[in-house]
Amino acid sequence: MEEKLIKDYSSPGRKGYSLPPLEVEKSNLAENLADYLREDLELPEVSEVDVVRHYTALSEMNYGVDSGIYPLGSCTMKYNPKRNERVARTSGLTNIHPYQPVEQLQGSLELLYQLKLDLAEISAMDEITLQPASGAHGEFTSLLIVKKYFADREEERTKVIVPDSAHGTNPASAAMAGFDVVEIASNERGMVDLDALAEALDEKTAALMLTNPNTLGIFEEDILKITEMVHEVGGLVYYDGANMNAIMGYAKPGLMDFDLMHFNLHKTFSTPHGGGGPGSGPVGVKDFLAPYLPKPLLKKDEEKYYWDYQRPKSIGKVHSFYGNYGVMLRAWSYIKTVGGSGLKETTENAVLNANYLKAKLKNDFELPYAEDSLHEFVLSGSRQKEEGASTLNIAKRLLDYDQYAPTIYFPLVVKEAMMIEPTETENIGTLDHFVETMLTISREIKENPEIVKNAPHSTIVRKLNETEAARNPDLHW
Amino acid sequence: MSVKDDLYYSEDHEWVREEEDYLVIGVTDFAQEELGDIVFVELPEVDEEFDKDDSFGVLESVKAVSDTFIPVSGRVIEVNEDLLDNPELINDDPYGEGWLIKVDPADDSELDELLSAEEYAEFIEEE
Amino acid sequence: MDYISNTAAEKNKMLKEIGIKEVKDLFQMIPEAVAADDELKIKAGISEMELMRKAQAQAAKNKSLDQQISFLGAGAYDHYVPGIIDALISRSEFYTAYTPYQAELSQGTLEAIYEYQSMICDLTGMGIANASMLDGGSAAAEAVTMAARITRKARVILPDTINPAYREVIKTYGSGVDLDFIDLESENQIINPALIEEKIDNQTAVVVLQYPNFYGSIEKMESISKIVKNNKKTLLLIIANPILLGLLKAPADFGADIVVGEAQSLGSGLNYGGPNLGFMACRDDRKMLRQLPGRIVGKTTDVEGKEGFVLTLQTREQHIRREKATSNICTNEALNALMATIYLSTMGKEGLKEVGEQSYHKAHYLAAKLDQLAGYQVLNKENFFNEFVLKSEKDSTELINELMKADIIAGYDLKELGSEGILVCVTEKRTKTEMDKLVEKLEVL
Repeated sequence: MEEKLIKDYSSPGRKGYSLPPLEVEKSNLAENLADYLREDLELPEVSEVDVVRHYTALSEMNYGVDSGIYPLGSCTMKYNPKRNERVARTSGLTNIHPYQPVEQLQGSLELLYQLKLDLAEISAMDEITLQPASGAHGEFTSLLIVKKYFADREEERTKVIVPDSAHGTNPASAAMAGFDVVEIASNERGMVDLDALAEALDEKTAALMLTNPNTLGIFEEDILKITEMVHEVGGLVYYDGANMNAIMGYAKPGLMDFDLMHFNLHKTFSTPHGGGGPGSGPVGVKDFLAPYLPKPLLKKDEEKYYWDYQRPKSIGKVHSFYGNYGVMLRAWSYIKTVGGSGLKETTENAVLNANYLKAKLKNDFELPYAEDSLHEFVLSGSRQKEEGASTLNIAKRLLDYDQYAPTIYFPLVVKEAMMIEPTETENIGTLDHFVETMLTISREIKENPEIVKNAPHSTIVRKLNETEAARNPDLHW
Repeated sequence: MSVKDDLYYSEDHEWVREEEDYLVIGVTDFAQEELGDIVFVELPEVDEEFDKDDSFGVLESVKAVSDTFIPVSGRVIEVNEDLLDNPELINDDPYGEGWLIKVDPADDSELDELLSAEEYAEFIEEE
Repeated sequence: MDYISNTAAEKNKMLKEIGIKEVKDLFQMIPEAVAADDELKIKAGISEMELMRKAQAQAAKNKSLDQQISFLGAGAYDHYVPGIIDALISRSEFYTAYTPYQAELSQGTLEAIYEYQSMICDLTGMGIANASMLDGGSAAAEAVTMAARITRKARVILPDTINPAYREVIKTYGSGVDLDFIDLESENQIINPALIEEKIDNQTAVVVLQYPNFYGSIEKMESISKIVKNNKKTLLLIIANPILLGLLKAPADFGADIVVGEAQSLGSGLNYGGPNLGFMACRDDRKMLRQLPGRIVGKTTDVEGKEGFVLTLQTREQHIRREKATSNICTNEALNALMATIYLSTMGKEGLKEVGEQSYHKAHYLAAKLDQLAGYQVLNKENFFNEFVLKSEKDSTELINELMKADIIAGYDLKELGSEGILVCVTEKRTKTEMDKLVEKLEVL
């Protein structure tokens, strides 16, 4: 191990904390809770310096957006503006308790309300809940809304349709909401196959889940036909907002006749991914679904902003409080600083960057779908695989060149898939550097595939034994 | 890739060996190779009953999951407990120590519907 | 716009490479009927200086806890957050990183999660912990659905001493998979074990207990545990407060099968209730492990035999198992888990214990004082941790409002739940002066 575990710095009696004196007389803890006192805790005993050096060392073994390009498709790893972090550390906005009376929190609630209005404007949805704490959480919330809506109408609808190119969270969320998942194949152009859709649709269909542009970066040209077909059988259409960065200012899910959707504030709205979270996954719905949104819902009357708990048709709560407020502060800051025309410019540059990369790479790597694409595109490493190195090898080799790898082996409809999304915050310089690296790797595969097959070579650890990790799990010290 | 002569095969890549009172079922060498290093095996309970082609268990590699389908109807009389701790037995010896379950068949004639070694070898050639 | 660095000339070069004239051509495939025809009705962007001014203006419309004394708890706790935490999590290699799917470039995040899992195992006494859940409520809910999957039963015993917000989240999640809930009513904010004995049967998947419960009281853990254990297949889920676990016995000691909780107290601060940190642990049992939701980090070795960390057992997760996954969870609360890890490292076993003790002694000091006041009464005087119910002949809402005028938030108004009294919480952050002020003000009201 490059850096030993924090517990290995432990020395009995060493201290890293300071607390003020107790001030009050001790109560008889030992007596009251005699049967409950514990003696077996083994947390490390380390100094503040130990902790700082250890976690600084760990941070140096990591790679973030601030380190360089992060072309993970469908993850929208754009730059996380520092000013947003500053706003999210404003004590007057953050040192507040979720059960303080709303009269004391009008500043925060107004801010959240503005965020809601902006999300509604961007999406052409009518009402927004900010409660879901991640994209998948937003999906699950949405599907419970769908379920409740049909239960209310006494319609028995058990089926949710997802395309085979969908994010894995889609079918997983549908299953958690108790639906049967029906997967439909894409057509040869990478879009929803209308015949397959027609065949899957019936009076049992509760919803179709779709991301548009889809995970191939391709905009569904028949989107209005698709939403119409689902509506015709009485189903609802759900928009997976993971790919909003491709359309902001150019198209709106509401105008495509989607009934409900989620946003990923940690993708489209620049909030940091934190090494896996926290995120935030607000849900937007058309008016007729608003009664089913989770409670409480942020509202405004003549006097004040407040939380509305009187929602008899609501699906209930999905989060203990109001969602990931700290993330919302950052997204609010982003929208304020970028502004309406800036969001559109963001979209344009995200799409321009992706298309530039595609143009530069499509000769050396197979492009399985020739359709125009927006903010991301998918290449296949099939050609390279035949030459002796797989997509996984290519991804690992990129790490040797200090760049993060694209999303690989997804979407499932492409063999040896590499899904690339540069985002708008990369410039031509970093893009060219990425292209050069990819072309170098492609050359290496022809000349010396072994070096790619055995990659990475220069990282802190080399290829890790995942089989051993799964066969004999070592999950704690 | 080996195909053993004295076994019956299914198109889902299971093999069946006929013993005097029961059948032994496992997955083929081809199947284990496709899956890669197997890290976890989920098996049915003894006495569970299955119809032909029902899913009776799950094999997992690091990044893939595959259901196993029973080639003949019957009642499970024994499962290979060794696999729970040593799933690699399936990779190492798919036709021997890597067997999955023993079954008391409901209908012996179902065996006739399965592929012979030769047919199976042809089948995987085409796959 | 500050976040786009391609110049006009560079953009032209890129357009040429693509083979088109203008950026708009890239959007031709969007059918006219769905294209947003107008500009977005969102004001033009502002500078950083203006943003900071705006943020300050919004803050000025708040009355934060910097400006008053708070005895609010009820699931969100005002424990002290040492400065070291923000300093370290502000290292951008941590907070701007993605989920550690490319292990070789993510060893920092992975090792920290492994440490986090280890510390959660230590605190709870359990053998396995995952990399975090979205918050305490959703962790409890996913633990309940996990128990239902493991036992293949649908009945859930849910006492009313569980945090009511968690109860709601649990029921929302349960509605997805048609779980059946048995609500238990407490007496004086404690569950009578006999009630569980009465309700538990061979259809019961799980009994849920909170430690300490929503009202701050410690349930009869041993007796309830015995009852659950006697009912062979039923699992025991304990929702635990991690600060208390520095001081009092681990849930494993009461036979917990699954332990979850809210670890916002471990260095995350209040943030109006989010991002919070759900934690989840279970017994060291391969079958339970298969059903655990969320990411898990494991230690392994690389091709040269060097130790390193990877995300493991991923076949449980949505990106591989899709509709058969144990959960849809993908994004979790990794950065908050890092905060908790740094917090627990900094405090160490002595520090965590002292935070627990100080919270305990201060809460008991205040409770004793309030109980002596004429017209006031503290329920369950001995057996609580750092939160207690204050009852009075006076209307709780009126009391809270009156005290607010003196810059004191006395606690959580139980009227919100259709009950009576004020739920008062004391952490190590409250001073004697602050507590005495509350007592003085109540005395003259």
